[in-house]
Amino acid sequence: MNQPNDPGKRGWPLWEVFIRARRGLSHQHVGSLHAPDAAMALRNARDVYTRRGEGVSIWVVPSAAIVANSPDEKDSFFDPAQDKVYRHPTFYDVPEGAKQL
Amino acid sequence: MSPLAAYALGLGDDALILAQRLGEWAARAPQIEEDLALANIALDLLGQARTLLTYAGELEQAGRDEDDLAYLRDDREFRNVQLVELPGGDFAVTMARQLIFSAYQYELYTALLGSADETLAGLAGKAVKEVAYHRDHATQWVLRLGDGTDLSHERMQAGLDQVWPYTAELFDPASQLPGIATDPATLRPAWETYVTPVLREATLERPQPRWRSRGGRDGLHTEHLGHLLSEMQHLHRSHPGATW
Repeated sequence: MNQPNDPGKRGWPLWEVFIRARRGLSHQHVGSLHAPDAAMALRNARDVYTRRGEGVSIWVVPSAAIVANSPDEKDSFFDPAQDKVYRHPTFYDVPEGAKQL
Repeated sequence: MSPLAAYALGLGDDALILAQRLGEWAARAPQIEEDLALANIALDLLGQARTLLTYAGELEQAGRDEDDLAYLRDDREFRNVQLVELPGGDFAVTMARQLIFSAYQYELYTALLGSADETLAGLAGKAVKEVAYHRDHATQWVLRLGDGTDLSHERMQAGLDQVWPYTAELFDPASQLPGIATDPATLRPAWETYVTPVLREATLERPQPRWRSRGGRDGLHTEHLGHLLSEMQHLHRSHPGATW
Protein backbone atom coordinates (compact mmCIF):
# COMPACT_ATOMS: atom_id res chain seq x y z
CA MET A 1 0.00 0.00 0.00
CA ASN A 2 1.18 3.51 -0.78
CA GLN A 3 2.48 5.65 2.03
CA PRO A 4 0.81 9.08 2.30
CA ASN A 5 3.80 10.73 0.66
CA ASP A 6 4.67 8.05 -1.85
CA PRO A 7 5.58 10.05 -4.97
CA GLY A 8 4.05 7.46 -7.29
CA LYS A 9 4.72 7.30 -11.00
CA ARG A 10 4.26 10.97 -11.79
CA GLY A 11 6.92 12.24 -9.42
CA TRP A 12 4.61 14.15 -7.10
CA PRO A 13 2.03 12.59 -4.76
CA LEU A 14 -1.69 13.08 -5.28
CA TRP A 15 -3.82 15.26 -2.97
CA GLU A 16 -7.58 15.54 -2.57
CA VAL A 17 -8.93 19.08 -2.35
CA PHE A 18 -11.88 20.23 -0.24
CA ILE A 19 -13.25 23.77 -0.49
CA ARG A 20 -15.68 25.60 1.74
CA ALA A 21 -17.59 28.05 -0.43
CA ARG A 22 -18.69 30.35 2.40
CA ARG A 23 -19.19 30.52 6.11
CA GLY A 24 -21.77 28.12 7.49
CA LEU A 25 -21.34 25.54 4.73
CA SER A 26 -19.18 22.44 5.04
CA HIS A 27 -16.11 21.68 2.96
CA GLN A 28 -16.92 19.90 -0.29
CA HIS A 29 -14.63 17.68 -2.32
CA VAL A 30 -13.81 19.50 -5.57
CA GLY A 31 -11.07 17.38 -7.14
CA SER A 32 -7.46 16.36 -6.83
CA LEU A 33 -4.03 17.58 -7.84
CA HIS A 34 -0.33 16.77 -7.66
CA ALA A 35 2.07 18.62 -5.37
CA PRO A 36 5.46 17.85 -3.81
CA ASP A 37 4.30 18.53 -0.25
CA ALA A 38 1.40 19.83 1.83
CA ALA A 39 2.34 23.52 1.66
CA MET A 40 2.56 23.43 -2.13
CA ALA A 41 -0.62 21.36 -2.35
CA LEU A 42 -2.47 24.13 -0.55
CA ARG A 43 -1.09 26.75 -2.92
CA ASN A 44 -1.81 24.64 -5.99
CA ALA A 45 -5.36 24.13 -4.74
CA ARG A 46 -5.73 27.89 -4.42
CA ASP A 47 -4.52 28.35 -8.00
CA VAL A 48 -6.46 25.50 -9.57
CA TYR A 49 -9.74 25.57 -7.67
CA THR A 50 -10.38 29.09 -6.34
CA ARG A 51 -9.62 31.20 -9.42
CA ARG A 52 -13.20 32.46 -9.61
CA GLY A 53 -13.78 33.23 -5.95
CA GLU A 54 -15.11 29.77 -5.11
CA GLY A 55 -13.82 29.50 -1.57
CA VAL A 56 -13.02 30.91 1.82
CA SER A 57 -11.25 27.82 3.17
CA ILE A 58 -9.24 24.97 1.63
CA TRP A 59 -8.32 21.55 2.97
CA VAL A 60 -5.84 19.26 1.23
CA VAL A 61 -5.51 15.61 2.19
CA PRO A 62 -3.04 13.04 0.85
CA SER A 63 -5.10 10.82 -1.45
CA ALA A 64 -3.42 7.78 0.07
CA ALA A 65 -4.86 8.75 3.47
CA ILE A 66 -8.41 8.30 2.20
CA VAL A 67 -9.96 4.95 3.09
CA ALA A 68 -12.70 4.02 0.63
CA ASN A 69 -15.19 1.17 0.59
CA SER A 70 -14.68 -1.49 -2.04
CA PRO A 71 -17.12 -1.67 -4.97
CA ASP A 72 -17.49 -5.37 -4.07
CA GLU A 73 -19.12 -4.35 -0.83
CA LYS A 74 -21.72 -2.21 -2.57
CA ASP A 75 -24.61 -4.61 -2.04
CA SER A 76 -24.04 -5.22 1.65
CA PHE A 77 -23.22 -1.58 2.32
CA PHE A 78 -26.02 0.19 0.52
CA ASP A 79 -28.84 -2.13 -0.56
CA PRO A 80 -30.31 -2.66 2.95
CA ALA A 81 -31.17 1.05 3.11
CA GLN A 82 -33.13 1.01 -0.13
CA ASP A 83 -36.47 -0.32 1.23
CA LYS A 84 -36.61 1.62 4.50
CA VAL A 85 -38.71 4.57 3.44
CA TYR A 86 -39.55 5.37 7.06
CA ARG A 87 -36.03 6.70 7.44
CA HIS A 88 -36.81 9.58 5.09
CA PRO A 89 -38.37 12.64 6.65
CA THR A 90 -41.16 12.64 4.07
CA PHE A 91 -43.97 12.18 6.61
CA TYR A 92 -43.56 15.65 8.05
CA ASP A 93 -44.86 18.99 6.84
CA VAL A 94 -42.15 21.58 6.44
CA PRO A 95 -42.93 24.53 8.70
CA GLU A 96 -43.48 27.76 6.86
CA GLY A 97 -40.46 30.02 6.76
CA ALA A 98 -37.92 27.24 7.35
CA LYS A 99 -35.33 27.64 4.61
CA GLN A 100 -32.36 25.46 5.50
CA LEU A 101 -33.98 22.01 5.87
CA MET B 1 5.53 63.17 -21.12
CA SER B 2 5.13 64.39 -17.54
CA PRO B 3 7.19 62.77 -14.76
CA LEU B 4 4.05 61.14 -13.36
CA ALA B 5 3.05 59.73 -16.74
CA ALA B 6 6.58 58.39 -17.21
CA TYR B 7 6.47 56.85 -13.74
CA ALA B 8 3.14 55.10 -14.39
CA LEU B 9 4.41 53.93 -17.77
CA GLY B 10 7.57 52.46 -16.25
CA LEU B 11 5.66 50.48 -13.64
CA GLY B 12 3.07 49.43 -16.22
CA ASP B 13 5.74 48.24 -18.64
CA ASP B 14 7.39 46.18 -15.88
CA ALA B 15 4.10 44.40 -15.23
CA LEU B 16 3.23 43.99 -18.93
CA ILE B 17 6.56 42.54 -20.02
CA LEU B 18 6.81 40.14 -17.08
CA ALA B 19 3.23 39.00 -17.72
CA GLN B 20 4.27 38.16 -21.28
CA ARG B 21 7.33 36.25 -20.08
CA LEU B 22 5.30 34.25 -17.55
CA GLY B 23 2.65 33.53 -20.17
CA GLU B 24 5.32 31.73 -22.18
CA TRP B 25 5.29 29.01 -19.52
CA ALA B 26 1.71 28.03 -20.30
CA ALA B 27 1.73 24.33 -21.26
CA ARG B 28 5.50 24.20 -20.62
CA ALA B 29 5.70 24.30 -16.81
CA PRO B 30 6.91 21.21 -14.91
CA GLN B 31 3.33 20.28 -13.94
CA ILE B 32 -0.12 21.43 -15.01
CA GLU B 33 -0.65 22.84 -11.51
CA GLU B 34 2.36 25.10 -12.05
CA ASP B 35 1.04 26.11 -15.50
CA LEU B 36 -2.00 27.51 -13.75
CA ALA B 37 -0.04 29.16 -10.96
CA LEU B 38 2.19 31.03 -13.41
CA ALA B 39 -0.73 31.95 -15.66
CA ASN B 40 -2.60 33.33 -12.63
CA ILE B 41 0.40 35.45 -11.69
CA ALA B 42 0.74 36.64 -15.29
CA LEU B 43 -2.92 37.68 -15.35
CA ASP B 44 -2.55 39.58 -12.08
CA LEU B 45 0.36 41.48 -13.62
CA LEU B 46 -1.55 42.09 -16.83
CA GLY B 47 -4.37 43.62 -14.80
CA GLN B 48 -1.90 45.95 -13.08
CA ALA B 49 -0.39 46.84 -16.46
CA ARG B 50 -3.79 47.74 -17.90
CA THR B 51 -4.52 50.18 -15.08
CA LEU B 52 -1.07 51.75 -15.28
CA LEU B 53 -0.90 52.04 -19.07
CA THR B 54 -4.40 53.47 -19.26
CA TYR B 55 -3.45 56.00 -16.63
CA ALA B 56 -0.18 56.89 -18.38
CA GLY B 57 -2.15 57.42 -21.60
CA GLU B 58 -4.62 59.74 -19.88
CA LEU B 59 -1.84 61.76 -18.28
CA GLU B 60 0.02 62.02 -21.56
CA GLN B 61 -3.05 63.59 -23.22
CA ALA B 62 -1.97 62.41 -26.65
CA GLY B 63 -4.98 60.16 -27.16
CA ARG B 64 -3.13 56.86 -26.66
CA ASP B 65 -5.02 54.12 -24.83
CA GLU B 66 -3.65 50.98 -23.17
CA ASP B 67 -3.61 49.05 -26.46
CA ASP B 68 -1.77 51.80 -28.33
CA LEU B 69 0.86 51.87 -25.62
CA ALA B 70 1.21 48.11 -25.34
CA TYR B 71 1.12 47.20 -29.02
CA LEU B 72 2.31 50.18 -31.01
CA ARG B 73 5.55 51.20 -29.31
CA ASP B 74 8.99 49.95 -30.30
CA ASP B 75 11.52 48.65 -27.84
CA ARG B 76 13.30 51.97 -27.28
CA GLU B 77 10.00 53.46 -26.13
CA PHE B 78 9.47 50.84 -23.43
CA ARG B 79 10.38 51.93 -19.90
CA ASN B 80 10.57 48.59 -18.08
CA VAL B 81 13.63 47.48 -16.11
CA GLN B 82 15.75 44.94 -17.97
CA LEU B 83 15.13 42.24 -15.36
CA VAL B 84 11.62 41.55 -16.61
CA GLU B 85 12.55 41.20 -20.30
CA LEU B 86 15.14 38.48 -19.79
CA PRO B 87 14.16 35.12 -21.27
CA GLY B 88 12.48 32.77 -18.81
CA GLY B 89 15.39 30.34 -18.95
CA ASP B 90 14.77 27.20 -16.95
CA PHE B 91 12.30 27.06 -14.07
CA ALA B 92 15.00 28.12 -11.59
CA VAL B 93 15.76 31.30 -13.56
CA THR B 94 12.07 32.13 -13.68
CA MET B 95 11.68 31.57 -9.93
CA ALA B 96 14.81 33.57 -9.07
CA ARG B 97 13.51 36.51 -11.08
CA GLN B 98 10.06 36.08 -9.59
CA LEU B 99 11.43 36.22 -6.06
CA ILE B 100 13.52 39.31 -6.77
CA PHE B 101 10.78 41.13 -8.64
CA SER B 102 7.76 40.27 -6.52
CA ALA B 103 9.66 41.14 -3.33
CA TYR B 104 10.42 44.51 -4.95
CA GLN B 105 6.84 44.98 -6.14
CA TYR B 106 5.54 44.13 -2.69
CA GLU B 107 7.55 46.96 -1.13
CA LEU B 108 6.66 49.28 -4.01
CA TYR B 109 2.91 48.80 -3.71
CA THR B 110 3.06 48.90 0.08
CA ALA B 111 4.68 52.33 -0.21
CA LEU B 112 2.18 53.47 -2.86
CA LEU B 113 -0.72 52.67 -0.52
CA GLY B 114 0.03 56.06 1.01
CA SER B 115 0.38 57.91 -2.30
CA ALA B 116 -1.44 61.21 -2.71
CA ASP B 117 -2.35 60.05 -6.22
CA GLU B 118 -5.71 58.28 -6.02
CA THR B 119 -5.17 56.03 -9.04
CA LEU B 120 -1.80 54.78 -7.81
CA ALA B 121 -3.04 54.31 -4.24
CA GLY B 122 -6.14 52.49 -5.47
CA LEU B 123 -4.11 50.17 -7.68
CA ALA B 124 -1.68 49.51 -4.83
CA GLY B 125 -4.52 48.47 -2.52
CA LYS B 126 -5.56 45.72 -4.92
CA ALA B 127 -2.12 44.78 -6.20
CA VAL B 128 -0.36 44.41 -2.87
CA LYS B 129 -2.49 41.37 -2.05
CA GLU B 130 -1.80 39.82 -5.45
CA VAL B 131 1.91 40.42 -5.15
CA ALA B 132 2.03 39.01 -1.61
CA TYR B 133 0.94 35.73 -3.15
CA HIS B 134 3.43 35.97 -6.03
CA ARG B 135 6.20 36.52 -3.51
CA ASP B 136 5.11 33.58 -1.40
CA HIS B 137 4.86 31.31 -4.45
CA ALA B 138 8.39 32.20 -5.58
CA THR B 139 9.70 31.83 -2.03
CA GLN B 140 8.27 28.32 -1.72
CA TRP B 141 10.05 27.25 -4.91
CA VAL B 142 13.36 28.93 -4.17
CA LEU B 143 13.42 27.21 -0.76
CA ARG B 144 12.58 23.80 -2.20
CA LEU B 145 14.97 23.99 -5.15
CA GLY B 146 17.79 25.67 -3.23
CA ASP B 147 17.58 23.30 -0.28
CA GLY B 148 16.58 20.28 -2.36
CA THR B 149 18.83 17.84 -4.19
CA ASP B 150 22.39 18.56 -5.32
CA LEU B 151 21.15 19.11 -8.86
CA SER B 152 18.26 21.40 -7.88
CA HIS B 153 20.59 23.42 -5.63
CA GLU B 154 23.12 23.81 -8.42
CA ARG B 155 20.50 24.95 -10.91
CA MET B 156 18.79 27.29 -8.44
CA GLN B 157 22.12 28.93 -7.65
CA ALA B 158 22.89 29.24 -11.36
CA GLY B 159 19.48 30.82 -11.96
CA LEU B 160 20.03 33.30 -9.17
CA ASP B 161 23.53 34.17 -10.47
CA GLN B 162 22.09 34.78 -13.93
CA VAL B 163 19.44 37.34 -12.95
CA TRP B 164 21.09 38.98 -9.94
CA PRO B 165 23.08 41.61 -11.94
CA TYR B 166 19.71 43.06 -12.99
CA THR B 167 18.60 43.65 -9.40
CA ALA B 168 20.31 46.99 -8.71
CA GLU B 169 18.39 48.65 -11.57
CA LEU B 170 15.12 48.18 -9.66
CA PHE B 171 16.33 50.64 -7.04
CA ASP B 172 17.83 53.30 -9.32
CA PRO B 173 16.60 56.84 -8.65
CA ALA B 174 13.46 57.90 -10.49
CA SER B 175 11.95 61.36 -11.06
CA GLN B 176 11.16 63.07 -7.80
CA LEU B 177 7.40 63.05 -7.23
CA PRO B 178 7.12 63.88 -3.53
CA GLY B 179 4.06 62.43 -1.85
CA ILE B 180 3.05 60.61 -5.04
CA ALA B 181 5.81 58.19 -6.00
CA THR B 182 8.36 56.52 -3.79
CA ASP B 183 12.09 56.94 -4.30
CA PRO B 184 12.99 53.37 -5.39
CA ALA B 185 16.19 53.46 -3.33
CA THR B 186 14.12 53.63 -0.14
CA LEU B 187 12.54 50.27 -0.96
CA ARG B 188 15.83 48.43 -0.84
CA PRO B 189 16.26 47.89 2.94
CA ALA B 190 12.84 46.23 3.30
CA TRP B 191 13.54 44.20 0.16
CA GLU B 192 16.83 43.00 1.66
CA THR B 193 15.07 42.14 4.91
CA TYR B 194 12.78 39.80 3.01
CA VAL B 195 15.10 38.30 0.40
CA THR B 196 18.25 37.74 2.46
CA PRO B 197 16.72 35.22 4.94
CA VAL B 198 15.04 33.36 2.06
CA LEU B 199 18.38 32.89 0.32
CA ARG B 200 20.00 31.82 3.58
CA GLU B 201 17.28 29.30 4.36
CA ALA B 202 17.49 28.02 0.80
CA THR B 203 21.25 27.51 1.36
CA LEU B 204 21.96 29.78 -1.62
CA GLU B 205 24.91 32.11 -1.85
CA ARG B 206 24.15 35.72 -2.49
CA PRO B 207 25.74 36.47 -5.88
CA GLN B 208 28.47 39.12 -6.05
CA PRO B 209 28.18 40.31 -9.64
CA ARG B 210 30.97 42.38 -11.19
CA TRP B 211 28.58 44.34 -13.39
CA ARG B 212 25.01 45.57 -13.24
CA SER B 213 22.33 46.49 -15.76
CA ARG B 214 21.28 50.07 -16.38
CA GLY B 215 18.96 52.13 -18.46
CA GLY B 216 15.68 50.24 -18.85
CA ARG B 217 13.71 53.25 -17.61
CA ASP B 218 15.45 55.34 -20.30
CA GLY B 219 14.52 52.93 -23.08
CA LEU B 220 17.82 51.04 -23.18
CA HIS B 221 17.13 47.32 -23.39
CA THR B 222 18.69 43.96 -24.02
CA GLU B 223 18.35 42.29 -27.39
CA HIS B 224 15.63 40.09 -25.89
CA LEU B 225 12.95 42.77 -25.67
CA GLY B 226 12.61 43.22 -29.42
CA HIS B 227 11.97 39.52 -29.91
CA LEU B 228 9.43 39.51 -27.08
CA LEU B 229 7.61 42.49 -28.63
CA SER B 230 7.54 40.93 -32.08
CA GLU B 231 5.54 38.06 -30.65
CA MET B 232 3.41 40.13 -28.29
CA GLN B 233 2.56 42.81 -30.84
CA HIS B 234 2.29 40.69 -33.97
CA LEU B 235 -1.46 40.12 -33.90
CA HIS B 236 -2.34 43.73 -33.14
CA ARG B 237 -0.02 45.10 -35.80
CA SER B 238 -1.23 42.63 -38.42
CA HIS B 239 -4.89 43.30 -37.65
CA PRO B 240 -5.09 46.83 -36.23
CA GLY B 241 -8.09 47.35 -34.00
CA ALA B 242 -9.06 43.68 -34.00
CA THR B 243 -11.34 42.71 -31.11
CA TRP B 244 -12.65 39.39 -29.82
